[in-house]
Amino acid sequence: MRVQAFYKFFSPILCWFSPGWIPVWQRNFLVWRKLALPSLLGNLADPLIYMLGLGYGLGSLLSQVAGVSYMHYLVAGMAVASTMNAATFEALYSAFSRMHTQKTWDAILVTPLSLDHVLTGELFWAASKSFFSGFAILLVIMALGLVAPPFVLWVIPVLFLPGLAFSALGLIICALAPSYDFFMYYFTLFITPMLLISGVFFPAEQLPQAVYSVASFLPLSHAVLLARPLLLGEYPKDAALHVATLLGIAFVAFSIAVALTRRRLLK
Amino acid sequence: MATLTPVLDIACLRKSYGGRSIVSGVGFSVPAGVCFGILGPNGAGKTTILRCCLGLASPDEGKILLGGYPVPENACAARRRVGVVPQFDNLDPDFTVGENLLIYGRYFGLENAEIQQRIPKLLDFASLTDKKKERVQTLSGGMKRRLTLARALINDPDILFLDEPTTGLDPQARHLIWDRLKQLVAHGKTLILTTHFMEEAERLCERLIVLDHGSVVAEGNPRGLIASHIEPDVIEVFGDNAARWAENHRDLCDRLEISGETAFFYCRDTAALRKALDGETGLHFLRRAANLEDVFIKLTGRELRD
Repeated sequence: MRVQAFYKFFSPILCWFSPGWIPVWQRNFLVWRKLALPSLLGNLADPLIYMLGLGYGLGSLLSQVAGVSYMHYLVAGMAVASTMNAATFEALYSAFSRMHTQKTWDAILVTPLSLDHVLTGELFWAASKSFFSGFAILLVIMALGLVAPPFVLWVIPVLFLPGLAFSALGLIICALAPSYDFFMYYFTLFITPMLLISGVFFPAEQLPQAVYSVASFLPLSHAVLLARPLLLGEYPKDAALHVATLLGIAFVAFSIAVALTRRRLLK
Repeated sequence: MATLTPVLDIACLRKSYGGRSIVSGVGFSVPAGVCFGILGPNGAGKTTILRCCLGLASPDEGKILLGGYPVPENACAARRRVGVVPQFDNLDPDFTVGENLLIYGRYFGLENAEIQQRIPKLLDFASLTDKKKERVQTLSGGMKRRLTLARALINDPDILFLDEPTTGLDPQARHLIWDRLKQLVAHGKTLILTTHFMEEAERLCERLIVLDHGSVVAEGNPRGLIASHIEPDVIEVFGDNAARWAENHRDLCDRLEISGETAFFYCRDTAALRKALDGETGLHFLRRAANLEDVFIKLTGRELRD
């Protein structure tokens, strides 16, 4: 019984390996392509302003942070945080529009595709879009000469992982939301605090022990701990643990999101 | 090619939400190649039945066979041969008319080239050929409905579900849709149509069921239902004190219904009633043949359903 329930809960993951989700992904991609440039610039502007403002402003007051210049310290966190933001926005506002306002999902659900396909397409789409945004930041960072070889290219796949985890988490909130206003809670209670304690702007070790312990469970911390050493030319410590944590969060959160969305739409 | 096996077979379907029974023991079957109507007032369970047929809701009890596949177990396979025109348009507002069809065809696993080949025919069918590159947001309500119909045909389905396909359309747009639906039946498709426009059902449906409170209260073809439930002639009387006048002349008809200030006299012979009306100056009247709406009202009552 327990094995069966376990299998049933995680069975939506199998959909990741069937091609049914691809047309859903393509649909979103086609919409995005029409507005790609403004969309990318929007995703790029915000983190760049933070990065340059804090990096040069605050950075000039600090001699070194964790052994490197503040600017070098900050860039990895900003790249990862921008993927988090892009994934979250897409899985909350955009997915909610398609589910609730435009009824795009309803139209797909009467074709041979299932809700699992729709949600898998949305998951990979949100992760892809956040990846584009993180990748754009990475290009700027590289152009500014703020990275060190030899592992820097490894950051590219690494950027996809927080995208996947935060898209899956976002889809849970999307499934629960009665309206757009609901998303504010998720940002103020989860995303913003996480941004501040996950080692994006300053080392999390400086926080009180209790806060630091909480932070070490958060997906953003794991993504930062993977990306920062890679950008600084080092191999990350406990890389397998961080990858496994981010993938694990994506698996569990996605399975929960599917169960909740089924309850919402397939009554 | 007509077959003897029904394309949709439903037995003992039950579905309740939060302890409230919405569908309570519905069974019917739809033969191939006909337009089949599901009629009923708001809340009668029409949309719930459609959702169950498509595998979007799991019945509490009952069996559904759609295109030979058990639903919901095999709903994805069944939906491969099915097209759906939903009650509310859910076209993609970000896309053009042509893109809407292309994207939708991909959900059926069709290749781009194959879809592109089908698009001109479908646009022609929907009288939208010159709108291919227009964005959906610029279309009128009637054009959107026609595009939704074209979209439902992208996979060349055998069975088409239409949930109130002409609600909110002007008469011109409605007649165009009716014309297209008749063409589809002529081409051998099976249409399953919910509506509460009785005129629509009378014009299009070969067979229909009338639902009320989640149960089938009548089944048959429109003419047969009218003949078996309603007297052939109806005289509607309205004007000053029509209701009171009608009460006093109740014996001039077979059956009398009064709704507000209008009286409906159902008669096999209208001569006596017409004679009585002749001398009245403050009253207006209208003589007409009995229609499906009379059957519907008789079976489901006159009170409002919200």
